[in-house]
Amino acid sequence: MFKWLEKNLPKIVMAPAVGLIGWFVYGFVLWTLYISFTNSKILPKYELWGFGQYEKLWASRKWLIAVDNLLIFTALFLIFCVVIGIILAIFLDQKIRAEGLLRTIYLYPMALSFIVTGTAWKWILNPTLGIQKMFRDWGFENFTFDWLVDREMAIYTIVIAGVWQSAGFVMALFLAGLRSVEDEIVKAAKIDGASLFTVYWKILLPMMRPVFFTSFVILVHISIKSYDLIVALTQGGPGISTTMPALYMTQTAFHKSQVGLSAASAMMMFMAVAAVIIPYLYSELRRENAR
Amino acid sequence: MQDSLKSSSYQQLEQKSKYTNMFLRWFLYFILILFASYFIFPLYVMVVTSLKTMEEIRQGTLLSWPSGLNLESWAVAWGGRGYGAGDTFLRPYFWNSIKMVVPAVFFSTFIGAMTGYVLTKWRFKGDQWVFLFLLFGCFIPFQAILLPMARTLGVLGISNSVVGLVLVHTVYGIPFTTLFFRNYYISVPTELVKAARIDGAGFFKIFFKILLPISAPIIVVTVIWQFTQIWNDFLFGSTFSFGEAAPIQVALNNMVLSSTSVKEYNVDMASAIIAGVPTLIVYVLAGKYFIRGLTSGAVKG
Repeated sequence: MFKWLEKNLPKIVMAPAVGLIGWFVYGFVLWTLYISFTNSKILPKYELWGFGQYEKLWASRKWLIAVDNLLIFTALFLIFCVVIGIILAIFLDQKIRAEGLLRTIYLYPMALSFIVTGTAWKWILNPTLGIQKMFRDWGFENFTFDWLVDREMAIYTIVIAGVWQSAGFVMALFLAGLRSVEDEIVKAAKIDGASLFTVYWKILLPMMRPVFFTSFVILVHISIKSYDLIVALTQGGPGISTTMPALYMTQTAFHKSQVGLSAASAMMMFMAVAAVIIPYLYSELRRENAR
Repeated sequence: MQDSLKSSSYQQLEQKSKYTNMFLRWFLYFILILFASYFIFPLYVMVVTSLKTMEEIRQGTLLSWPSGLNLESWAVAWGGRGYGAGDTFLRPYFWNSIKMVVPAVFFSTFIGAMTGYVLTKWRFKGDQWVFLFLLFGCFIPFQAILLPMARTLGVLGISNSVVGLVLVHTVYGIPFTTLFFRNYYISVPTELVKAARIDGAGFFKIFFKILLPISAPIIVVTVIWQFTQIWNDFLFGSTFSFGEAAPIQVALNNMVLSSTSVKEYNVDMASAIIAGVPTLIVYVLAGKYFIRGLTSGAVKG
């Protein structure tokens, strides 16, 4: 008995973690999947109901708006974060004075919660007392910047705040990538007459392919899950114009008590994440095994 | 010979482009400072707004300097105005967050250290699959577990309580803490452990005598990561708690959204700073570890 215990001690120590994750992650996801195939309202029902909830979901105007917003947000969020991140990383890599200070400034928003970020930007972007008023007081009397209360434009305020929060992170990833490249490569290229621009454009950036990939995965992941920022900045408004899938899911579940429908929306999000993550994990594992 | 030739021609090249370089460097600093102001701007606005009176806010602009060090809105944000119902302020929720963060960080870090230790130093058949099994937990969108979690907390009788949130944050922290410790311990030479085993040291003795003493950096990284994640969480806090058990981010959001007669932006900004200051302090003091966690735990949003 004692021998058995001693031999299996490592596995026994592992057991709680595996058990907890098995139950709270896998078990729960499966439960949600099952419920998405039932006609559950306030309380879960367990008779299967086929794809009804998914049909309802994709026929819902609010969900379509949410998906549309997610696509707009993801595209802009990706482009701006990556472009700003790369520019900052390359510029910081030029033996800059006060590099440490600048890096700290670019990255500090990552330490804040999206609620804090949203609260700050909501105040800055509000038309009566924020940026709009600032420019008008400065003499630009026709200056208008009321995206926050404009149905068409409100989604872009979420992009502004989101990019502000996450661009520094992409900068950190690329800076680490650039720093890991051997100096010799850059020197050799310069001797061959390559300009600094060519060095980056033709040599270094192509070498950063894995960093691009990582940034892409992380940013898409952040954007699919984005919830707090919208709650703090627009609450999905004006109207329902800035609803996103994560917000749709919680509202349907906890305000409208449509448990089956919200489970279906959660599974759509799950599949979207899986579509990005599984190829990523696969390639990461292959890289690790190749080493 | 070859080398010295190369480096001298390299120097010539550097000389030649001196003037283009000067221009480039000014441009460089200009862009860098431009972006720095974009990043600093909201923090600056938050701080000055929190120090103004509402009258000053209406008179001046976002950027205008406060007339004095007016700390009243800070006092209101932290301790309220002292009248009974409807007077929300952050102090009790700040303590809720502390009570939630400390145990959740401790448990998740401890469990992560143990699993990381087993997965690298007591390897067994299929351990890679177990790691992958745990790792997947980093990626799931939490919306896919919210509904059953809410029911489970209800069944356990800990919904709307700090204890419930400790459980939630511990469980969903395990994939990350395991990832951190596993990746750290994998670079510790296994020979050390093997030698100790031959000397008769057991499972726990090896952990506490060999692994733990060299784990300080990864413990710091993990604790900072978990602290930041849990302190800043809103989804779990707002779904599984309300009223008096809410953590600070939920309380902040409620305060800002609550529509009293007059919107007090100075109090809102003071509240936002109070809710953000603990993680900001950690970031400023231990930025290096913060970034290290960020880049290796980066899988999460």
